[in-house]
Amino acid sequence: MKDYLVYLSQAHVGFRRAELESLAEMHGFIADLSGLSEKSPFFVVQLENDEQAAQLIRRSVLSRAIYELWGQGATLDELHADVRHRSAALVSKYRLSSFKFDIVSYQGSRKSREQQLALINSFAYLALEGKIKMKNPDQIFTVLEAYSIVNQEPAPQPDYMYFGREVAVSERSRGVLERHEIAKRPYYGTTTFDAELALVSCNLAQARPGQLIYDPFVGTGSFALAAAHHGALAYGTDIDFRALKGKGPGRRLATNFEKYGTSHLFGDVLCMDFTHNAFRKNLVFDAIVCDPPYGVREGLKVCGTNREERFEGKEKIVIDGQYAYLRRDFIQPKKNYSLDLLLDDLLQFAAERLPVNGRLCFWMPVANDQDIPTLVPQHEKLQLVYNLVQEFNKWSRRLLVYAKRDANYKGTTITSQERGLQNDFRNRYFHKFK
Amino acid sequence: MKFLTTNFVKCAVKSCDASDLSFPLKYEECELQLQEHDFNPEFLISMLPRLNWDAVVQVAADLGNTSLPSTKPEGIENNEQLLKDLHSLLLETQIINGKMTCRHCGHIYYIKDSIANFLLPPHLANS
Repeated sequence: MKDYLVYLSQAHVGFRRAELESLAEMHGFIADLSGLSEKSPFFVVQLENDEQAAQLIRRSVLSRAIYELWGQGATLDELHADVRHRSAALVSKYRLSSFKFDIVSYQGSRKSREQQLALINSFAYLALEGKIKMKNPDQIFTVLEAYSIVNQEPAPQPDYMYFGREVAVSERSRGVLERHEIAKRPYYGTTTFDAELALVSCNLAQARPGQLIYDPFVGTGSFALAAAHHGALAYGTDIDFRALKGKGPGRRLATNFEKYGTSHLFGDVLCMDFTHNAFRKNLVFDAIVCDPPYGVREGLKVCGTNREERFEGKEKIVIDGQYAYLRRDFIQPKKNYSLDLLLDDLLQFAAERLPVNGRLCFWMPVANDQDIPTLVPQHEKLQLVYNLVQEFNKWSRRLLVYAKRDANYKGTTITSQERGLQNDFRNRYFHKFK
Repeated sequence: MKFLTTNFVKCAVKSCDASDLSFPLKYEECELQLQEHDFNPEFLISMLPRLNWDAVVQVAADLGNTSLPSTKPEGIENNEQLLKDLHSLLLETQIINGKMTCRHCGHIYYIKDSIANFLLPPHLANS
């Protein structure tokens, strides 16, 4: 095992460990992430080799890069002492490689060119003989510094320093967030899910090539796009035909896939009521990723009617020799449905359709106005592996991640009945947040 | 809707769940369009275990293609011509408009603007 340094993004800090654990598991290894803390963008992890390091970080959205660790210390002198000690065994392999130096200053002020050169030249004892190449060098040696902020200014000296050889950079560092920016998509809407967290959700779902991923509330398709970005075939359904149809030619979901070059991974979108699902029972979905419609902008709907008397006998109406409800222009009425019941349906569906270790990831809104513990839905065939919180002002939302386990597993069940009405998010959003 | 999807969907009416007749649906009056994608044999091979071959053959016949072997051939992985045919059928053939009927209950679903609509009328949804 070797020491590697991970450089993380300070975004969504509570989600970082889950993302890296999931990526390691997806690649078939376990990484000891005990060094990771929410306060720091750096931590050291022991891994087998560069390949494992790349597997851990390359797809990550909340990390930036991973380095083979050549030294660390609280001061530059300490750093150099450690590098001299460790690099003896490491440097010979790269002595003749083309290279460049990089400096990463977390929260640090901008260094002048002279300061940068002085820092780089202080590593002259490595005696690297390769050509210096600013573009596509074989190796990038990086000095990483962590500064504290004192009185809103970076401290004059870093708290801690690292030196390493870059092994892999993350999706984030390759610009995935800029490319996926929602406002740059040909088709998006007011409820389009945040691209960054959609990509993170699909990492937690372990979406990968050869897989079939399903979003039952696909809307404008952020999760489907993210799943396809990770190489999986994406299917989505939605009860709202208009969302699936888009805003005209060149402004529909398929156009977004075209923009990202993932058209071949756009399975289909179908107009469907999730609770009356048309996917055949034995079709296996490798993962289910979604943000169920909790109905702040629009109440949650399913097919049917709350006013039975109004529709009684209507199934007998015949127009031009055909039952009205079988005609092409028939519009199926919808009725209100509760989020809590829908979540029970979602867990049941996942328990039936996922393969062993397949994951269900969904977002659940929670009102923060009352100090009552949130009861998370549970199903005995699904193990809750993560319950991650994103805080907003008066509410929060949780990303709940479940893994389907084998037939021997028997977990707890918490249905909507047991959860009661305490999560009645829509009602509280409108009546109690004021 | 892609041809591939016809292999995934059945009748949405709950009382049809138990019937073998509710899958695949019967496809009629379909307007087809070829949407080109790069041939990717690995991707296609990864999808093969998910396919119900009988349903592929049946729906292809509904749409006027009777060229497929009636049983899933051995070693499709190495049969480039068949893979190319399947690529064109499963992934490139789009149903733009059409009608899907359940062979069990007779309910009719429509495909409009390439999007299949599986919503149910109240008397079939509330039951």
